[in-house]
Amino acid sequence: MATPTLPAELSDATSDERSLRRFLHGLPGVDQVGVEQRAASLGTRSIKKGAKLQAIDTAISMVDLTTLEGADTHGKVRALAAKARRPDPERPDTPRVAAVCVYPDLVATAVESLAGTDIGVASVATAFPSGRSSREVKLADVALAVRSGATEVDMVIDRGAFLEGRYGRVFDEIQAVKAACGDAHLKVILETGELATYDNVRRASWLALLAGGDFIKTSTGKVSPAATLPVTHVMLQAVRDWYTATGELRGVKPAGGIRTTKDAIRYLVAVHEVAGPDWLTPSLFRFGASSLLNDLLLQRRTQLDGHYSGPDYVTVD
Amino acid sequence: MSDNRISVAKTYKLYVDGKFPRSESGRTYPVTDSKGTFLANAAHASRKDVRDAVVAARKAFGGWSGATAYNRGQVLYRVAEMMEGRREQFVAEVAASEGLPSRKAQSVVDAAVDRWVWYAGWTDKIATVLGAANPVAGPYFSFTVPEPTGVVGVLAPQESSLLGLVSVVAPVLATGCTAVVVSSAERPLPAITLSEVLATSDVPAGVVNVLTGRAGELGPWLASHGDVNAIDPTGAGPVGRVEIAREAAGTVKRVLAVPEDEPDWTQRPDIARLRRYLEPKTVWHPMGV
Repeated sequence: MATPTLPAELSDATSDERSLRRFLHGLPGVDQVGVEQRAASLGTRSIKKGAKLQAIDTAISMVDLTTLEGADTHGKVRALAAKARRPDPERPDTPRVAAVCVYPDLVATAVESLAGTDIGVASVATAFPSGRSSREVKLADVALAVRSGATEVDMVIDRGAFLEGRYGRVFDEIQAVKAACGDAHLKVILETGELATYDNVRRASWLALLAGGDFIKTSTGKVSPAATLPVTHVMLQAVRDWYTATGELRGVKPAGGIRTTKDAIRYLVAVHEVAGPDWLTPSLFRFGASSLLNDLLLQRRTQLDGHYSGPDYVTVD
Repeated sequence: MSDNRISVAKTYKLYVDGKFPRSESGRTYPVTDSKGTFLANAAHASRKDVRDAVVAARKAFGGWSGATAYNRGQVLYRVAEMMEGRREQFVAEVAASEGLPSRKAQSVVDAAVDRWVWYAGWTDKIATVLGAANPVAGPYFSFTVPEPTGVVGVLAPQESSLLGLVSVVAPVLATGCTAVVVSSAERPLPAITLSEVLATSDVPAGVVNVLTGRAGELGPWLASHGDVNAIDPTGAGPVGRVEIAREAAGTVKRVLAVPEDEPDWTQRPDIARLRRYLEPKTVWHPMGV
């Protein structure tokens, strides 16, 4: 079901399981030392003053404000939605976040609380976070989210099948979910912490892009290590190469473990340097995070007020 | 042989969150004795070290303020024991820094250890002195209990490098508050040794953070910081104190009232410092329920 715009070598790759395997294993290997060193050296870049304030505002507008706990309640989702609408009530010029990310059964509450704004409602689905269930259950999960009004669906891939080398199965599943999504954007969670190698991350990224994922997302946030800079570098390279090959822009979403403004700015530097400035927009780069937003707000206040702020000045969540 | 030995000049670091990091700025400055002879290099803390220290102190506050008063007393008493173990070092540093004869320096160190023990004793008694069962006209029990204020910024005295330092830090800890201390700029060595004592006694990481540097540079950042609840401007000097008070006003910090000049630290203290770092909480409880 490859889109007609794909160049021949990419559409051939998806024709059957064997060609898919040949294509994925034919991808160039990742230079582990090189990518880690480059990620570390880009991480030392110093962003100050006006540029820092701009980076903070950009990062806030890219946050997928997330709550994925067993203890989530409708009230908590409503509170989160209020925070998404107005992250810092004392400073109304603070940008809104990109989306709120919840479990499928809470999507309706989030949609209702965000009515009248352009803030998206993302929902995890497909037996999140493990992805261990039947195809029917996963698709029903997606259907529930989409029916409730989710504008973005975050699916998990079947890591077991991927690690066994059954790429066709993973590919088919992503395509089936994409079809079930309808108009909703599809983010494909690779769970890089379980993929073991950078080569696997690169293969999974291409697999997800070939199957039609609008975004590739690092992790569920339930597995450690979650998002890391080198892994995000590899994924950014994949979307950049995808753009070169097809002319289509696809997004990247690191999620989990990004807690401080410093971290967020390091990711923005990586986006700018690896993928390019075109990706510095909420439609192509997101942060999956919960506590990050508070730190961004505190740092924003510090920049504007000229003195350090404290956690007493932002909401507890 | 030993005549030719090159002395090992030390470069000390800061004490933040139970660790000894370099200053974020990478700056150091030479410390000399009262006659101008080089003693060691000390880290020259910057505003970002203040920021990190406040984060550490805030993180430690829950555990330290939640510990029982008895437990806090035991920990502080242990610090006094460890100070006693480093007596020789303290005497040498106080003598060199303050230009005192050895005998006088010994009595200063003794007084400092005694001062620490004195405040350690107050931990489980202060609630009885400052708390109350209030007589109220109604069917209620009404209690007032003192609770620790939070993170306290301490600008330590510039002149009295050990006895003065202990006299301003110990009351902060005794109440259950956590401290970010800016040591004397010219005489930081006893403060550095005290941080080594704190690191090896049972004081949890982050409860005390010791920064060596200029009170004039770091004080305003501490005073304006949104997550610092009280400040002791002793080491800021008469001019700096005005700026501290102005900066502290924006966040309604508790600012300790201190005398114009450094007091005679050998005088027996009262509980004024303890009182300043405690907030009264009054609870009304219905009778007969």
